[in-house]
Amino acid sequence: MELIRQAFSFFGAHQEMIYFIVLSVFVGIEVIGGVPTVLHTPLMSGANAIHGVVIVGAIYVMLNVNPSNTLALILGFLAVLLGTLNVVGGFVVTDRMLEMFKKK
Amino acid sequence: MKTNLLEICYLIGSVTFILGLKMMGNAKTARKGNLIGAGGMTLAILGTIVLFVKKDESGVVNPGYTVPTMIYGLIGAAILLGSIIGWLAAKKVQMTKMPELVSIFNGMGGACAALIGLMEYNKNLGHTGASIAIVLGIIIGSISFSGSVIAFLKLNGTMNQPIRLPAYNILNTVVMIAVFAFGGYMVINQVSSHMILCSLFGAAIIYGVLFTVPIGGADMPVVISLLNSFTGLAAAFGGFLYGNKVMLTGGILVGSAGTLLTLVMCKAMNRPLSNVIFGAFGGGGAVAGPGADAKGSIKDIGVSDLAVLMNYSKKIVIVPGYGLAVAQAQHVIHELELLLEERGVEVKYAIHPVAGRMPGHMNVLLAESNVAYEKLVEMDDINPEFEQTDVVLVVGANDVVNPAAKTDPSSPIYGMPILEVNKAKNIIINKRSMNAGYAGIDNLLFYDPKSSMFFGDAKKALTELVAELKTM
Repeated sequence: MELIRQAFSFFGAHQEMIYFIVLSVFVGIEVIGGVPTVLHTPLMSGANAIHGVVIVGAIYVMLNVNPSNTLALILGFLAVLLGTLNVVGGFVVTDRMLEMFKKK
Repeated sequence: MKTNLLEICYLIGSVTFILGLKMMGNAKTARKGNLIGAGGMTLAILGTIVLFVKKDESGVVNPGYTVPTMIYGLIGAAILLGSIIGWLAAKKVQMTKMPELVSIFNGMGGACAALIGLMEYNKNLGHTGASIAIVLGIIIGSISFSGSVIAFLKLNGTMNQPIRLPAYNILNTVVMIAVFAFGGYMVINQVSSHMILCSLFGAAIIYGVLFTVPIGGADMPVVISLLNSFTGLAAAFGGFLYGNKVMLTGGILVGSAGTLLTLVMCKAMNRPLSNVIFGAFGGGGAVAGPGADAKGSIKDIGVSDLAVLMNYSKKIVIVPGYGLAVAQAQHVIHELELLLEERGVEVKYAIHPVAGRMPGHMNVLLAESNVAYEKLVEMDDINPEFEQTDVVLVVGANDVVNPAAKTDPSSPIYGMPILEVNKAKNIIINKRSMNAGYAGIDNLLFYDPKSSMFFGDAKKALTELVAELKTM
């Protein structure tokens, strides 16, 4: 019972967040609806690039890091590097795929 | 002030993600959509760096804090290095390697998310909500990372046969339980143990490998799409942790869109997702299919006979497959098409939804050699036309024309809709040899009395065919 009450109060305290999540899920579904098969791959590549936004978190961690913590500096550097690869690589690959779709 | 400006940047970023993704669903606006998303991403990244405001543990702003220059230097260096490598890799790599590239970039994102979680864990002890987001971010990011690397190796050809591990299901379940056990322990007990943290990370990485390794063949694009949505989810958990709206939007959007895209791809193959993930495809390697005994014999045809056959046909349909891409024969096949059309032959291309290594692969390949968009006909539209087709030329395609999908309930591809080329008057199959295709199963089409094999590397064989036709 206590668990149920906790779950309900969690919902109450985080209503906006929950609405946000639910609406975002619906937006994601709507955006994909009716896409022709031929565009599935570029779309997947584009979505791949967008989730590179995780780099923002990596940058945030780095900006907060204690400069004397060498391990954190290394991991942080690595995280930003990997995030950049996702973003830059992702958008450029998608552009190359879509380049082929110019109407003649 | 800075914080509000940053939030505005994040809002703009989020809007460009949604808009960009929506525009990518339409061929006319797709390229612009991608650029818009890239623009919003750049804004979000720059804003994060430039508008940073230091807050202490309780969220109180510390106005006097200046970020050490070294850290800005490291961030800049990482971004510069990543941009150069990412740009070069994406620009220089052959079109046929696009799927591998998408997979590896996906893995990078997953690894980034996992690292964030690893670094944040110790700082967030005592906060259950934060710990849950962190642990889930580590788990999902790691699975996505290792899974993507394995997918990359498989598509690359480095890891060829679907590996069947002994007692696979038990191994898989044990590792999955270990992952959740470590994670749950960490969240409930809020322990600051490097060992448990590393164990969680390690177990998740191993699970990612186990998850992807037995899957092979035509299922890779589906798996990549699934891992794509996993990384989105991991990014969303990061966003949850920091209350970062742009990470949340981007992450949830990709998580949900990616999941739906995966389901749509499964539908095109007529196989449920559960079958793709848990029912390992085929027996691995070139195993002869059931009923391997009473098949019949195969005929082969030479260049001159084939040229005569095609020259005097009224209608020819070309079925391109991955082999066309590998042989880089897309330009030659376009030459063949033009030559035949000059002679009054109607030529069309039949595109199966999962031909090649990714949906749309064949379209991209043929567009590269300037084949007119209207000549590419989707499966459902071209199937009724095969009865009136004089010659079908199958180049480097295998499973998508295998009649076993309709006639053999024990075949791994049973139920998948195929191109019904066996209704045409003559079926010519170009292959390098009699080796089994990507799926590793026997193709009953080869034994059809109307079929003839046209052996040789696609580029070489087609070039000879074109030369022969020119002499007529």
